[in-house]
Amino acid sequence: MTHFLKDLSRSRAGLFGFVLLVVIVALALLAPLLELPDPTRGDLRARLAGPTWEGLFSPGAHPLGTDEVGRDILSRLIHGSRMTLMVASTAVVLGGIVGTVLGILAGYKGGFIDRLLMRLVDIQLAIPLMLLALLVVAALGPSIRNVVLVLALTSWIRYARIIRAQVLSLREREFVQSARAIGASTARIMFLHILPNVLTPALVVGTLELARVIIMDAALSFLGLGVQPPTPSWGRMLADGRVYLSSAWWTVTFPGLAIVLTVLSVNLFGDWLRDYFDPKTRSAK
Amino acid sequence: MALLEIKNLTVEFDTPGGVVHAVNDLNYSVEAGETLGVVGESGSGKSVHILALLGLLPCPPGRIVSGEAWFDGRNLMALSDRDLRSIRGGEIGMVFQDPMSSLNPVLTVGRQLKEVLTRHTNLTGRALKARMVELLDIVGIPHPEARLSQYPHEFSGGMRQRVMIAIGMACNPRLLIADEATTALDVTVQAQILDLVRQLKHDFGTTVIWITHDMGVVAELADTIQVMYGGRIMERGPVRPVFHDPRSAYTWGLLNSLPDEGARTQRRLYQIPGSPPDMSNPPPGDPFAPRNPFATERCHREVPPLRDVGNMPGHKVAAWYDLPALLAAQSEKEQTP
Repeated sequence: MTHFLKDLSRSRAGLFGFVLLVVIVALALLAPLLELPDPTRGDLRARLAGPTWEGLFSPGAHPLGTDEVGRDILSRLIHGSRMTLMVASTAVVLGGIVGTVLGILAGYKGGFIDRLLMRLVDIQLAIPLMLLALLVVAALGPSIRNVVLVLALTSWIRYARIIRAQVLSLREREFVQSARAIGASTARIMFLHILPNVLTPALVVGTLELARVIIMDAALSFLGLGVQPPTPSWGRMLADGRVYLSSAWWTVTFPGLAIVLTVLSVNLFGDWLRDYFDPKTRSAK
Repeated sequence: MALLEIKNLTVEFDTPGGVVHAVNDLNYSVEAGETLGVVGESGSGKSVHILALLGLLPCPPGRIVSGEAWFDGRNLMALSDRDLRSIRGGEIGMVFQDPMSSLNPVLTVGRQLKEVLTRHTNLTGRALKARMVELLDIVGIPHPEARLSQYPHEFSGGMRQRVMIAIGMACNPRLLIADEATTALDVTVQAQILDLVRQLKHDFGTTVIWITHDMGVVAELADTIQVMYGGRIMERGPVRPVFHDPRSAYTWGLLNSLPDEGARTQRRLYQIPGSPPDMSNPPPGDPFAPRNPFATERCHREVPPLRDVGNMPGHKVAAWYDLPALLAAQSEKEQTP
């Protein structure tokens, strides 16, 4: 752990991403303790109030302004991040596990399994992901679980393709033959020898995917197929606020900024994490 | 008693260009405690037949057409994959050519050494750790304890090959097979590794099959040399008679294409004419016949069987001609203008 932090402090971008991510996650986790205004309760007397620093710590303050029914935007952002982060990370982990396992299987076993899985990936890639997501959510109904499933569904193919390509080259390496020569079974080779070698690319795909999935989650909410109101979500805030873009800029700017900062922090941290996990750039502990 | 006996082993590869006859009706045995040096050029079947008998041959495209390989009373060819896995790494250790890629780059050396030990022995905890340290110490790696937690890229080529040998020797195998184990190393490191293997043989009495294309390595290490070409044995016997009195034109060609050590003779190095045979369409007779200046008509037509020659027991050659007589006749012709 100390090694991790020491290495991190040497990378300015990585540190920035990490700190930003920690702040975002901490805010999301601690949201109930922050004594923020209720994100679902409007105050029609304060509709579309602009951001102000006045009376910052008084109970009725709206530092980032309010939306069209007078709900506090800061509170909605922070509460919304809980949902976004949970949905996106669950979907990315789920898609990552499925995609990595299937990618290793396809790459190492080859033959029928490989052809079957890759055709499945091809078919899915031929359908626009947004359309697929809309179809599935429309068919199953918009619930948190279904949004997670659909995002994972759009995610696993990216892992599977990249992992499979890696495995194809890895399985020809001599260490695989050495492993067989010491009597390791196929399952053991796949998950003890190949898997650690593809964790780094899987992690890189994972960070890219997390960023993409956050945006896609926002897009689903924007279209009204994500988490349902009154639960606050970033995509929904964008959708509701776009009408007031010319008169009340803060209704869309802050949710947009929240998405940008989250995605940026994930990407910066992910980039550094990839270098960190590469044993060639890692020095002896 | 022979530790390993290979009978009628034939291996083929199905390729888009036709069937490649990689190993043809191979028969030989290795006695317990013996060191067998298998020499031959690329495509001679020297590596393929070893992979085949350990069940490591990729099938397809490889195909074991026929053959038995008796190891300690069991036919390796008839064993289930599961039984074969428990022999590999346990009773038969292997060391591969390229120490740079034979170790998994993302696992520590200790982790990889541990794998073979937990797979084939009951060692756990402190005893396991002690054995790991002992193994690295045996193969001459300084500071073994610290080295265990390091990654392969922190080792030099020679040190990595020592690790590979430690993994190969980890479970006190009865047979150690090294496939071009020193080829990727430079000469001084190669000499150190050969010393190490000789020491291990002396200490543990391991039987060794050393596959190489380097005659010098064989001369230094082996008791018996087996020269292979075109998936067949061309000549086989104790190292001394084979080197001093070769009976196969191929062995003779190989030996003559080596520079004489120390001698300042102005002799031109011999060059074996022609190129390796196309094994998808092998010559009908002696596979070496098309490149053999001494080939007789019968060599082109019929595959010669392995027969005893010379005055040392165990010296055998597969040839229709009598090489010493032909060589004598040739030098006589050169002297009389």
